[in-house]
Amino acid sequence: MVKEIEKAGLPVVHVASILPISKTVGANRIVPGKAIPFPLGNPKVSKEEEKKLRKKIVEKSLEALSTDIEDQTVFKW
Amino acid sequence: MKLNLERVNVKEVKFGRENSFQDGVVTIDKEGLLSEIEHDDRIESLEVDIVRPGEEVRIMPVKDVVEPRAKVDGEGIFPGFIGKEDLAGTGRSRVLEGMTVMTTGNVVGFQEGIIDMKGPGAQYTPFSQTINVVITCEVPENTEEHIHEEILRVLGLKAASYIGRIGLEAEPDNVEEYEFKPLSEAAKENDDLPLVGYVYMLQSQGLLHDTYVYGIDAKEIIPTFISPTKVMDGAIVSGNCVSACDKNSTFLHQNNPVIEELYRRHGEDFNFVGAILTNENVTLQDKERSSTLVAEMAENIGLDAAIISEEGFGNPDTDLILNCKKLEKKGIKTVLITDEYAGRDGASQSLADASAEADAVVTSGNANETIKLPPMERVIGHQKYADSIAGGFEGSLKEDGSIEVELQAITGSTDQLGYTRLSSEGY
Amino acid sequence: MAELKVVHYLNQFFGQVGDEDEADLPPQRKEGAVGPGKALNQALEDKAEIVRTIIAGDDYFNENKEAAQEKIREFLQQEDVDIVAAGPAFNAGRYGMACGGVAEVADELGLPFVSGIYPENPGYEMYKQYGYFIETGDSVGSMRQGISDMADLIFRYFETDGSPGKPKEAGYLPRGIRKNFFREERGARRAVDMLVKKINEEEFETEYPMPSFDRVEPKPAVKDLGEALVAVVTTGGIVPKGNPDKIEASSASKFGKYKLNGVTDLTSEEFETAHGGYDPTYANQDPDRVLPIDVLRELEEEGKIGKLHEYYYATVGNGTSVSNAKAFGKAIGEELVKDGVQAVILTST
Repeated sequence: MVKEIEKAGLPVVHVASILPISKTVGANRIVPGKAIPFPLGNPKVSKEEEKKLRKKIVEKSLEALSTDIEDQTVFKW
Repeated sequence: MKLNLERVNVKEVKFGRENSFQDGVVTIDKEGLLSEIEHDDRIESLEVDIVRPGEEVRIMPVKDVVEPRAKVDGEGIFPGFIGKEDLAGTGRSRVLEGMTVMTTGNVVGFQEGIIDMKGPGAQYTPFSQTINVVITCEVPENTEEHIHEEILRVLGLKAASYIGRIGLEAEPDNVEEYEFKPLSEAAKENDDLPLVGYVYMLQSQGLLHDTYVYGIDAKEIIPTFISPTKVMDGAIVSGNCVSACDKNSTFLHQNNPVIEELYRRHGEDFNFVGAILTNENVTLQDKERSSTLVAEMAENIGLDAAIISEEGFGNPDTDLILNCKKLEKKGIKTVLITDEYAGRDGASQSLADASAEADAVVTSGNANETIKLPPMERVIGHQKYADSIAGGFEGSLKEDGSIEVELQAITGSTDQLGYTRLSSEGY
Repeated sequence: MAELKVVHYLNQFFGQVGDEDEADLPPQRKEGAVGPGKALNQALEDKAEIVRTIIAGDDYFNENKEAAQEKIREFLQQEDVDIVAAGPAFNAGRYGMACGGVAEVADELGLPFVSGIYPENPGYEMYKQYGYFIETGDSVGSMRQGISDMADLIFRYFETDGSPGKPKEAGYLPRGIRKNFFREERGARRAVDMLVKKINEEEFETEYPMPSFDRVEPKPAVKDLGEALVAVVTTGGIVPKGNPDKIEASSASKFGKYKLNGVTDLTSEEFETAHGGYDPTYANQDPDRVLPIDVLRELEEEGKIGKLHEYYYATVGNGTSVSNAKAFGKAIGEELVKDGVQAVILTST
């Protein structure tokens, strides 16, 4: 899906918990998710902490979208 | 290292009072054979039959098929099991061509095969064209299945070796010479020709999915460079109970067609330097290690190109693709031989793994295609397994004795050494 | 009256009902041939004749696939028909998907199906095994050739008693179906022949083309995200409560498109996950854990992104076939481009 959307002409950042799959499906900009059932959260910490984490991941995704790349790149947070 | 294969054409096989060979007729002393192969006190009963092409006979479930061969200069066939190691791959080997030894009995794994000597199923198995000495061996019901497998495996080797020795009386119909040269020499020969090797993948997933090299379980080996002449002398023995269509029976190892075809064009289009044996183990770590070592060995030998043959399907597809990718990455050109599991309608993806580097593939057909096998006059073995063997399904065996199965259930139908002509194409 | 009876499927546009404003049209019938059907009728000479045309809106078909298929099934069952034709659909994604949907119904009823399509149309990849698609160009400019090729294939289909032969010979796009046959030489010999050709860099033909693994060049970065329209897409199955589009928990056959107007936070009262491949507890408690709308609204407020797109897209990535995922991605991508979106965040579980 990532690839097809990018083919249509849009830069896509893929927030994905399983990096090898993201790489295999051909995502170019990749941001690791926290875990499969909650890629952008963490139920083990307080609501505030969790939102902070989510914001960090989304901000990293925005950074990925505004970075020029040559090849598949993982943006770690 | 030089091996002369001395082929004797067999026209007929029969039982008689003494072992003899005359005018293409192999006469077997049945009692002598039985006492030779009754090697284990757990064997409960043994029966021997001879079946011929065109007879209305079904043999199932077939465990292994072995070609009778013998060393002219002493014991040397099936090193590690029967033969002496130092003779394997050198000297003279006598081959009784046109006949086999076949083992059957109560099923060992779920994946033993069907062989019809006549009718629509016959064209899918190479062994409908040979005269087969079929040994039905039964063991007590509570025999552990690995032991059961081993009993049948060794029995087949002993029988082939015993019958093979009858060929020593014969005058060979033709003699072929095969040579495995020291690498330094082979590389210098016909110096403008590229060096070609053979990556020979052996099923080794365990749980009755095993192959033996010089008697050693292949899952315990690391990739090994071996003389193809040793393969002809039975250095590789099948202990497999994987799907009948693409398990390489011992016969197919002895007659490995990739090796034959590579020798056929050796010195003309390339220099064929030898075979790298490797396995198909169950963990990714094993797969990575074996494929890396294969690629490094190929690079060390200086190969320019190689044929890679797979055995089985499913996770071994990953071994196949890893071998291909790692060789191609080193600039070694590859051609792969595999079969397909594209579903009964042929519409599914054929392999469990794939890669853009695998741009040259030979396919030996879709194993999921179904076939209707009409009832046969005579059945050797047990037809009741039709529903449970791999490729069978509930209702495979009909009341009238006909069987509807996937080609998967027919011995050697989609063999991945490329022994047969079955293939598939896209519609 | 010709011997062979054809039913022809068209969308609202080619069926001459109307433009996008009629895209919601449920399937309906018309007597005889309509629009491109008239040209097809001519090409079919006196051997076959279009007796009925079925027309449906592209949006209707794609958004109500089951209902549309049910209606078309009903129509076809009431008809004395020998073959179903559709389109050609060229590269119109939704039209191609609809033609494919018709192929699926025809296949189920045991009726042959012929259509024309551009190979990159997702309808081809998704439905190729249900019928015969001849190749057309990507636009209506290839109509004349397409119609003539469709007629030829219809003739050939009946002349060969339903076995028109290989794709190249018969002029249809590969259906992705593998069939066994015996080749001249044994496999090992073919392998060595192929190897020699590969060594000598001569042309050779693989017997099993690997499924394609195309990579896409990374698109350039977005220069000013503070001005950009950003969309979110998820394969984590976040849908409005009740899963209005009934997206399957696994092997999804569709995706959903949902409004975000006025939504500042995804709550457990209004949203949930339809995904069957992971523990849904956490996503159901707080769907932002999969689709971070709350944070994106804040970032929108802070000017870090220009605007969050008014719709988000969702499907379930669990066991969904590559061809479906591809088709969804293509359809979503096209819509987003059309809507002026400049960057996409895709989240997966």
